[in-house]
Amino acid sequence: MINAWEVGTIVAIVAGVVGFLVVLRGDVFAAHAIPNGAFAGAAGASLVGLSPLLGLGLCSVTAALVISALRRHGQRDASTALVLVLTLASGAALLSQSTQLASSAYSLLFGEILGASATRVLPLLLLAVVVVGVVLLRWRAFVLSAVTPDLAMARGIHQGRLDASFLVVVALATTLTVPVVGALLVFSLMVGPAAAARLLVARPGRSLLVATATSLVVLWGALAAAYWTNWPVGFFVSVGSAGVYLIVRLITHSR
Amino acid sequence: MHWLIAPGFFTSAPVHTALVLSAIAATVCAVVGVFTVLRGMAFAGHALTDVAATGGSGAVLVGASPLTGFLTGAVAGAGAVAVAGGRDARGRDVATGIVLSLATGLSALFLYLDATTSSATGVTQRVLFGSLFSADPSTVLPTLSVGLLALVVTGLTVRPLVLTSLSVELARARGIRVGLVNVVFLATMATAVGLSALVSGSLLSTALLIGPAVAAVRCTTRLSHALVVATALGVGCSWLGILLSYDSYNWMPNNQSLPVSFFVVVTVVLSYAICTWWGTRARRV
Repeated sequence: MINAWEVGTIVAIVAGVVGFLVVLRGDVFAAHAIPNGAFAGAAGASLVGLSPLLGLGLCSVTAALVISALRRHGQRDASTALVLVLTLASGAALLSQSTQLASSAYSLLFGEILGASATRVLPLLLLAVVVVGVVLLRWRAFVLSAVTPDLAMARGIHQGRLDASFLVVVALATTLTVPVVGALLVFSLMVGPAAAARLLVARPGRSLLVATATSLVVLWGALAAAYWTNWPVGFFVSVGSAGVYLIVRLITHSR
Repeated sequence: MHWLIAPGFFTSAPVHTALVLSAIAATVCAVVGVFTVLRGMAFAGHALTDVAATGGSGAVLVGASPLTGFLTGAVAGAGAVAVAGGRDARGRDVATGIVLSLATGLSALFLYLDATTSSATGVTQRVLFGSLFSADPSTVLPTLSVGLLALVVTGLTVRPLVLTSLSVELARARGIRVGLVNVVFLATMATAVGLSALVSGSLLSTALLIGPAVAAVRCTTRLSHALVVATALGVGCSWLGILLSYDSYNWMPNNQSLPVSFFVVVTVVLSYAICTWWGTRARRV
């Protein structure tokens, strides 16, 4: 359980930081589609006996690059949707081939407390440092191109390349998060707290801190609740993050 | 012919049911999908599929039919998306995302409870990725009537739909109630998603809704052509998917056939690639 807390803390910090930029840049659908690519990767890796983390990483980075290449040609949402269904369907086909895999389908999709406690901390920590490091280094470019694309272009920031590198950051964050909260719910942890923070605080830096803190509270709460009830972690994560967003929206609305 | 069509394909009753159900679902999805793509609502469409999954897994829990579950879920989701809607595109995406994530969380709980309370195995796969061959023949009639209803509603609202997709301001000036059109369209989309979930499982129903439509939009210039091409592609892809899934029983060493939804998705994506290539070539000439 102590291991689960450590892993959970790393995951929540990464999800909060990356989620803030996802909401700011309006990449919500892509952030939902990439974890689904990861699902196929994890299923494939365990079928051939590779480390699931490697499969997750390879597949989600590939999905991110394909999405960013396709959506330059218009119909942004529709091309993202096609990548999503293709990766999910491949995952489903892999699962149908092995009964052993089929039983792990549920935890791949919705997360499991065992998944959190069985993950080794060191590779996760290294990956988390890389993700947060890239975000901090490229912070100005990411924020500028999200808020005022014209100004970013005038500053000589290459939009296409920046877009691709951001989606790769999302893919790496996904790789970390999937074993704990599951492929379908990574997205909840990224979007809910960040959207709530954006409503509460206007300044990007402070808003980022609020988002990260909220996602930490949500994930700690979810881990504790899942430990007590034996229900899936993903359920508590999604209810927690949607709940936070709804409460904040009601408060800011009545003001 | 045996290498193409495995023996027993035309005489098998489950195959007949599958072919009929998928033709209905694919037609409704193609027509509704073209408008979904034109209005840029693919994300909302996908969110509805996740809410349909919640409905489907809830239906297993209370013992209702899958079609009822998928349809109730998707329609409830449409209501939630309409209520949550934001002011601009980004706000709307975030609100849709919250509905989606809450729905997925609930599916997680329902599927967990399904697995612990019932002895049935593979509930997760069945609800999320579909099992068309085990569909009950008695669902054909309700599917057909719901599908016809969705098509009639789309047909009646086609002018306001096109106008609001092209320009909201112009539609307002003409006295069209944009909000109402949006809500009616969301409900129609929910119906299409519910039907499609029956064919390819709730998570993959996005494929039938978006795939044929975006392929058709890429290679045609007129709405009527796009509708015809999308319907032909949708029905063709789902029938080909059923055939390949049936055949795949003989391909695999362990006689473990691959799911219908997998082949439907693969053929849909291939047809999208071909149409895109064809569309760009035609424009260049």
